[in-house]
Amino acid sequence: MTTADKPRLSRQAMCDRLAMEFQDGWIVNLGVGMPTLCSNYLECEPDKEIIFHSENGVIGYGPLAPAGEEDRHLVNAGGQNVIALPGMAIVHHADSFGLIRKGMVDVTVMGAYEVSENGDFANWRIPVRKGGGIGGAMDLAACAQRVFIAMEHNQRNGAPRVLKSCRLPITAPGVVKLLATDLGLFEITEAGFVLREHAPGWSHQDIQAQTEAELTIADDLREMRVRPA
Amino acid sequence: MKNKVYPDFDSAVADLQDGMTFMSPGFGNVGLARNLLAAVHRLGVKNLTGISNNAGSLDERVDVGALIEAGQVKKMICAFTAPTHPSQITPFVQMYNDGLLDAELVPQGTLAERIRAAAAGIGAFYTPASVGTELAEGKEHREINGRTYVLEYPLPADFALIRAYRADTFGNLQFRLTQRNFNPIMAMAADITVVEVEDSIVEPGEIDPDCVHVPGVYVDRLVQIPEAGIRN
Repeated sequence: MTTADKPRLSRQAMCDRLAMEFQDGWIVNLGVGMPTLCSNYLECEPDKEIIFHSENGVIGYGPLAPAGEEDRHLVNAGGQNVIALPGMAIVHHADSFGLIRKGMVDVTVMGAYEVSENGDFANWRIPVRKGGGIGGAMDLAACAQRVFIAMEHNQRNGAPRVLKSCRLPITAPGVVKLLATDLGLFEITEAGFVLREHAPGWSHQDIQAQTEAELTIADDLREMRVRPA
Repeated sequence: MKNKVYPDFDSAVADLQDGMTFMSPGFGNVGLARNLLAAVHRLGVKNLTGISNNAGSLDERVDVGALIEAGQVKKMICAFTAPTHPSQITPFVQMYNDGLLDAELVPQGTLAERIRAAAAGIGAFYTPASVGTELAEGKEHREINGRTYVLEYPLPADFALIRAYRADTFGNLQFRLTQRNFNPIMAMAADITVVEVEDSIVEPGEIDPDCVHVPGVYVDRLVQIPEAGIRN
């Protein structure tokens, strides 16, 4: 089997792994799209209490609303109807970002086009089109306590996204702490990317071959942790 | 005292003129003044500058995109000037890429705080958001207690088109859940604040003063959304 044919991790597995790092009582902001899958993992750790924050000023919302139980005035950052949890609070948009800038968000999980070994990442602009879609990403990236990224390891054409330095305009410099891709889990340290966990069947040499940046291999490198069966 | 309750949406925006700046709240298709936007669309004024989180969606309902598509807007100030998904080619995206209108891209928290600054009499403020990115290029930077910030200025407007859940005839406003989003700060930042009210316009005293989200002194005009109006 060639490297290109080996199975890669699912998006849910990538997000599960990042969600395992959430600590009880954390305020968590999940980006629209793939990162919202992190909330699914919490069913595996029901004792861990996470406070979900969304840019539109909702603090402490619950899971997606089942059909027929939607309240049309209550949506998350993706515009999806969610359930109100006991203790939920609502503030206006300026206060919502005040909470972000003050550093109260313990972790923000975002998608990205590229991540570089100094912790820069790019997720708002592609050069083929004018303008960009920033939303709250720059505020969150600059001010959250931790930035985690969930991202496919390669572009569709196979080009690397895990880079020495970002080619696209960045969202914030030097902020990414942890990256989960479909090939493994990477911590970003002074030494650059440290490969901590690998996808099943992928050696660190296989992963390095898909990566532009030079990887440091953790002494205790292990297979990617997955949710309990 | 001046009567703030208007009989219909058209009369409430009749003096919105060519070249003016308007604010339109809303996030995730919740909390937009769709009836007032429809009235501005009917009014046909042009060369408007819009301040809004996004520049319209592909949603069937009326939003800022209706004014953009009709050629009424010359510039948008917003947090999204490109689609978040390649399939989301809105009239704004098409026209912006064709050079038919101008746009200023602002990080969402900076957008909210610039509106709040206009509402609060603040001359300018420093924020860490966008430092080290191309959006901060050319802006004044300052190091404060070891951290770098960029200087940002207030965003005032001539009109704010607001959606509230409930109001009293003095203009005191209440919002429901995430309908609130940009509504309170925009209602307080604009020169003329026009509000469409979803549930009811009640007598003064019926809203508990401790439960007022926007004090009536900021509000100029109120219109009750009729049964046949756009209620969602």
